[in-house]
Order: sequence, then C-alpha cells, then structure tokens
Amino acid sequence: MDAIVQQFFNVGIMTQALPLILAGFKQTVIICLIVIPLGLVGGLIFALLSLSRPRLVRWTTIAVIDFFRSIPPLVLLIFVYAGLPFAGIRLSPLAAVAVAFFLNTSSYYGEIYRAGIESVGIGQWDAARSTGLRDYQTLGYVVLPQAVRNVLPDLVSNMVEVVKLTSIASVVALPELLYSADMARSVTFNSSPIVLAAAIYLAMLWPVVRLISRLERRIAA
Amino acid sequence: MGAWSRFLDTFFNWTVMERYFPAILKGVGVTIEIAVAVVITGILLGLALAIVRSFRVLAVNALILVFVDVLRALPPLVLLLLVYFGLPNVGINLPSFAVLWLVLALVLAAFAEEIFWAGILSIPKGQWEAARSTGLGFFGTLAFVILPQAIRLTVPSLTNRTIAITKNTALGMVIGVGEILNQATSAQSFSGNATPLMMGAVAYLILFVPVVVLGRFLETRFTWRRI
Repeated sequence: MDAIVQQFFNVGIMTQALPLILAGFKQTVIICLIVIPLGLVGGLIFALLSLSRPRLVRWTTIAVIDFFRSIPPLVLLIFVYAGLPFAGIRLSPLAAVAVAFFLNTSSYYGEIYRAGIESVGIGQWDAARSTGLRDYQTLGYVVLPQAVRNVLPDLVSNMVEVVKLTSIASVVALPELLYSADMARSVTFNSSPIVLAAAIYLAMLWPVVRLISRLERRIAA
Repeated sequence: MGAWSRFLDTFFNWTVMERYFPAILKGVGVTIEIAVAVVITGILLGLALAIVRSFRVLAVNALILVFVDVLRALPPLVLLLLVYFGLPNVGINLPSFAVLWLVLALVLAAFAEEIFWAGILSIPKGQWEAARSTGLGFFGTLAFVILPQAIRLTVPSLTNRTIAITKNTALGMVIGVGEILNQATSAQSFSGNATPLMMGAVAYLILFVPVVVLGRFLETRFTWRRI
C-alpha cells in the first residue's frame, strides 16, 4: 500500500513537477485552440462538399474523409513530422501537429455535420427557398441551426476526442501536458507526475463527458 | 535527378521496400492480433458491465459510472504510460503487448458499456412490462426481448467507436510493441528513407479502409429504423 502511494501519489514529487506540468498544460490549451476551430471549419467544408451536387466532388470528398478516418492519427503525425522532411518540407512540431490533427479532426467533424444536415428534412430547404432566401441563407439560417442541434452530443464528444488527441503530440517532442509529465517521470523515476497530468485531463474532461451523456439521453427521449 | 524521380526515390524506393517488407508484414500480424484481442474482450466486458448496470444496484452502478467516465475522459496514451511505467515499480511486470491490450480493451469496454446502456434505456418500458407479463423472468426479458432490440440500435455507434479505438494500436510504438508503426519508424531510421513510413501508412489503409466503409454501410443500414 505504502509503495503504491509512494509511486503514484507522491505529493512532494507532484509539487516539484507542478510548474513544468502547468507549462505543458498551457501548450495543450494552445493546441486545442488551434485544432478545434480549424477542425470545425474544415469539417463544415468537408460536409458541404460531400453533399454537393457534382458526383465527382462528392465521391472524392468521401474518399478523402474515409482515407483520414482510416489512418491512425499517430501515423499521420509521424508521417508529417518525420516523413515530409525527406521531401524537403520541414515543419516545427507545432505546425506538424496542427496539420495532422486538422486533417484527422475535420474528417470526423465532416461526417458529424453531414449526418446533421441529412437529418434536416428536404422540405425545410424547399420551404426556406420559397420564402425568397438564397441557398447560403437557407443553409446558414434554417438548415445548419437545426442540424447542429441534432448532432450536438456528437460535436461535443468529438471535442473531447480532440483534447485527448493532443496527448499524442508528446511523441514528436511538443512539450504539452503529457510530454512534460513524462519528462518529470523519467527524471524522478516515479509515476506521480503522470497521475497529476491524468488528474488535470480528468478535471478538464469529466464534466464534459457527463454533459454528453445527458445531452444524448435528452435527444433520445 | 528530377524532382519526380527524387520523390519516388524517397517515398517509393523499391530496394528499401523489398528489404523491409517482411518487417512491416510482421508488424501487420502483431497489429491484427492485438486488434482482435481488444475488440473481443473490450466489447464483451462492456456488454457485461451494461447488463450488471441494468440490475440497478446503486453502489455497483456508481462504481461502473466512475470506471466508465474516467476511461472515457483520459487520453489512452496517458493510461498506457501510467500502466507501462507505473506497474513495474509496484512489482507487477507485464510485457508491453499485454499492457497495450489491457489498456485498449478497458477503454473500449468503457465506451461499449455506455453505448449498450444507452441502447437498453432506449427500449420503452412497455417492452419490459409486456415480457414480464408473459411469464419471462428478469433474465429472460433481458436476454430475449430487450438486448436483441438494444444491440441492434447500438451497431453503428459501436462500430465507429471500435474502429477509432482499434486504430490506437499504433500507440504501441511508444512503449515498444512491434506493431506496424513501430516497425515502420525503426526501418525508416535504419534506411534513412521515408519509404517504410509510406508502407506503414498503406498497411493501415489496407486494414482499416474496409472497416470504415463497412461502418458507413452499417450506419445507413441500421439507422433508418431509429424512432
């Protein structure tokens, strides 16, 4: 029992590691602030293209979405970070993370938006158009608000996935939350810094996870 | 050398491909083994937890809820490092293969429990009452009336979640499991050429594009009946 407390809940080591871990937390927040908005916008573009009329555009978009949903994000990240320099494209860790996560995240957001837009009846389009609204106005004022409401749990749930995804950035030595904690672990030979990082992830995401369960039940009811 | 042939030489180099093909293939085998183990154990454990939860014992359900929420909120890589580096220090030594399997199976179990539970809840109360009134017991009702309907509803979201978690086998690279990505990155550093990475990416595409497409099909096939 004592060994477990020493190894996982060592307050002294946690206090020592705290400044480093907080600096890492700041990086994690920065990555999220870059990737989530990019993904939300990119996903909307993907969704609209995958629902557009020309068959070639539609199918190409769906192929691209499925491509990025099939590749593990870590593989994509390592390809962008360690593979592209061979072709003369050298990105900083943050830029590589932004590019790789943008491609991954917007594919998932794209699928969610598409499901949402498809859940809004075609009559809504017809009705809105017949009142004199233009295509983009119909989309912006009539269809999207209903679509987003229908898939809100999935949108929020994907946001949780993005925050969890940022931990993978530690593999390319971007000093975010997990990287800092793991550095503290390897210096102290003690797992408490990782427990502290886990506690921070929990504090950030547990309320959101609860919220998702509630949203899902409200929509199902 | 032109730009095009330099590109080919960097990403599609034949000699490199030939030399490292066996290694990548070995990685594919390991990835498939772990993925199958994770999917079977994770989904079964998730289903078992959802069934236990339907007994509605308050203390037990509170425990399940905490387990499920914690595993849904923590990044899998955090759990992986915690188990891999933490357990040996308290005297438990597991091979990295087992650590990866254990962590991913638990994560999948958590998500699967939540999905199955949502499915069970979505079956109207009248189904329970009608089944009980025909003389079926609690277990009979659950097994023959509720679960068949509930599981049908869960197929699309369960498939998508399972795919997403199975892709995390790539995280095994970080703790030295010899799966595809691990083989590809070490081959890349040996050969000083990006071809192995390309091969690894292609291997993942070959493994996962069919399941992603299947998931897309299941989504349209199973959701039209949703109330």
